[in-house]
Amino acid sequence: MAEAALSFERVSVSRDVETISRPSLSYWQDAWVRLKANTRALVSLYIVIALGVFTLAGPLVWQVDPSAQDLDQISVAPGTDRAAVIVPRYQPWSGATARVEGPALQAQEMTAPTVSVDIVGEPTTQAVRIQWDAVPGASGYRVYRNIADPAPDDHLGLPLADILTADRVSFEDRLDLKPRYYFYSVVALDRNSMPAPVYNTVATVPTRVITAEEAVARGLADTPDALRLGDTVHLALHPFGTDYLGRDMLARLMHGARVSLFIGIVAPFVYVLIGILYGSAAGFAGGRTDQILMRFADFVVALPFLLFMILFRILFGIEGGDSGILPMMIAMAILAWPAAARLVRGQILQIREEGYVSASRLLGAKTNYLVLRHMIPNTMGVILVTLTFAVPSAIFTEAFLSFIGMGVAPPTPSWGSMCNEGIKTMLTHPHELVFPAVFISITVLAFNLLGDGLRDALDARMRSRE
Amino acid sequence: MLRYTVKRLIQGVITVWFIATATFLAMHSIPGDPLTSDKAVSEEIRKNLEAKYGLDKPLGEQYVIYLANMLQGDFGISFSQENRSVNDIIREHFPVSATLGILAIAFAGLGGILFGALTALYRNRLPDIAIMFLVILGISVPSFVFAALGQLALVNLNDLFGTSVLPVAGWGTVLHMVAPSLVLGLGTMAFLTRLMRSSMLEIVNSDYVRTANSKGLPPTRIFLKHQLRNAILPVITVLGPSIAAITTGGFVVELVFAIPGLGRYFVEAVQQSDYTVIMGTTVFYGAFLVFMVIVVDLLYGLVDPRVRLE
Repeated sequence: MAEAALSFERVSVSRDVETISRPSLSYWQDAWVRLKANTRALVSLYIVIALGVFTLAGPLVWQVDPSAQDLDQISVAPGTDRAAVIVPRYQPWSGATARVEGPALQAQEMTAPTVSVDIVGEPTTQAVRIQWDAVPGASGYRVYRNIADPAPDDHLGLPLADILTADRVSFEDRLDLKPRYYFYSVVALDRNSMPAPVYNTVATVPTRVITAEEAVARGLADTPDALRLGDTVHLALHPFGTDYLGRDMLARLMHGARVSLFIGIVAPFVYVLIGILYGSAAGFAGGRTDQILMRFADFVVALPFLLFMILFRILFGIEGGDSGILPMMIAMAILAWPAAARLVRGQILQIREEGYVSASRLLGAKTNYLVLRHMIPNTMGVILVTLTFAVPSAIFTEAFLSFIGMGVAPPTPSWGSMCNEGIKTMLTHPHELVFPAVFISITVLAFNLLGDGLRDALDARMRSRE
Repeated sequence: MLRYTVKRLIQGVITVWFIATATFLAMHSIPGDPLTSDKAVSEEIRKNLEAKYGLDKPLGEQYVIYLANMLQGDFGISFSQENRSVNDIIREHFPVSATLGILAIAFAGLGGILFGALTALYRNRLPDIAIMFLVILGISVPSFVFAALGQLALVNLNDLFGTSVLPVAGWGTVLHMVAPSLVLGLGTMAFLTRLMRSSMLEIVNSDYVRTANSKGLPPTRIFLKHQLRNAILPVITVLGPSIAAITTGGFVVELVFAIPGLGRYFVEAVQQSDYTVIMGTTVFYGAFLVFMVIVVDLLYGLVDPRVRLE
């Protein structure tokens, strides 16, 4: 057995078994990772950012004056046809006369609708001209206009004119015409101006027309010469429609967002800041001062919030031309700080007893250092969550006050006051209520979900058990 | 328990005094006074009126008179409605608001507890997802939008049946109360559902529920006796603030549904600067809310024996 060459080799020892696989994360980095994992919160964050862009950059892109009235398009829903045909200027119409002699008409005895009504010429939004056959013995006629078919219930609609001469058998309607269905009804009148129980109706849809001069005045064309008769122009675009005064909804929503979001974000900022100062003062002072301060906070909490918001609104009364934003913010700041103060005080009392604060103090840290290094960073998370949840409630408060007419003063749009105006025409023009309401709801929803996400990400103890 | 009750009542009285004082100071720092109006009043008449209402006295004296009147339950006379004292207005219209509020809170409480328990039992399944979606909607949509949508729904409903199934607005019969109280309770119900769900989920995993399960108690008994009773506690705690929310939420609902409640009169009084009505109703509402919070806290002690020991 040959002596085998025994060779010993040194076994390499790997020492990287216990290396930490990733760098340690700070509190905020960790929170951000958690937040990113939460789809709902992330989507909400994007919505909040989008709302911010809509509010700040929107008016730069969509440069329509929110208080300018478009009288051609009042309460127009989005997507309505805007085409208008160029026509010559209005030409007076002499109308038609006719008379059929007969025994004096007894209106109540008239049974057959002998009047037959016709449209004369092309019905346009400039004028609709109607003519009818004379009724024997009639001493006059009455013309009605309705936007629904009068046939089922004999609802003739708006009486447009009483024609008290027997030989006039035509009428020209120039009253606020829109491109939609109109039903003109004519009844004969007897000597006592009593209308006959029978009528005849003609239905028509006027075409929207505009003269070249009007088109230039509304900025639809540069010069009247550029337009020929019969050309089609499009009226000003309103992507979200117009309200009951013909104001552009999109521009109003953008400017309303400024008011609603400004109040919704700045007011909580102010009162949470007051709460932080007050709460930390109470928490640091401790003892009797703390008790007195917090008892006062309890009293302020007991004040019925919305009632006092209204009282303060009267107290700070707004002058003409004022928007009423500032009084609302001051009132909110006066009334809403105690919740944040309580929270911060509780946090400070808790953190004061923590081991790391004692350790830091043992190592010789001064009060200032303790506050800046330990107290504030450790309460930041809770404060941020409070702030996020305070935004929707502030937006609600603004909307509520504006809705009952105690918030932002009329010319200034806010989502709440737009809802207040829209609710009156809810049945006929729902878009005037729907848009501001949807904007309020989406904003509140986004901030609520973002708050949930932030709470889960920032505060392990308050994490909701989903 | 008695000591605690007395202590809370004393605190409550002080709070009401604070509210009354704050209201008094707020109303008296408003520029002008109730007699300043469009109608020019001669100097003589003005003096007489000021004397009648005590407005010529120094502020301190006015304050004492105000408190003394209030202690006797006299809130003064309305400035805008002839021959009506604030007491009459409160007596006449508060019951309407209270009925509406009680119905709303009952609806919100029952619905919240029921739906909350349901979502927790069916956690992450269809009923849970569907209800929680509605809850998020309920929390995010302002009350006046619900009121408007509610009216719209009623109009369509009545159209569908061809008769007036439920009245769209007004007050009087039980049918009038259905829609407004549902609308008023909706937001609070959403909030309570959420609260009930999380408290239920906590309890499902608790030791005593596991014990009850392992010793073979029937599930209904566990649900009713162990889970529900314990899960309701946090809901009762927030009932106080919920009553406050429903009271002020009533303003809008009363306005939209044309209900002659105190909230609507308050809003009208504010719009007409009817100072005595504003002051009276504010103090009245404040006292009412403070009292309700105390009642809820005492109720909590009755429901949860653990609190009583403290």
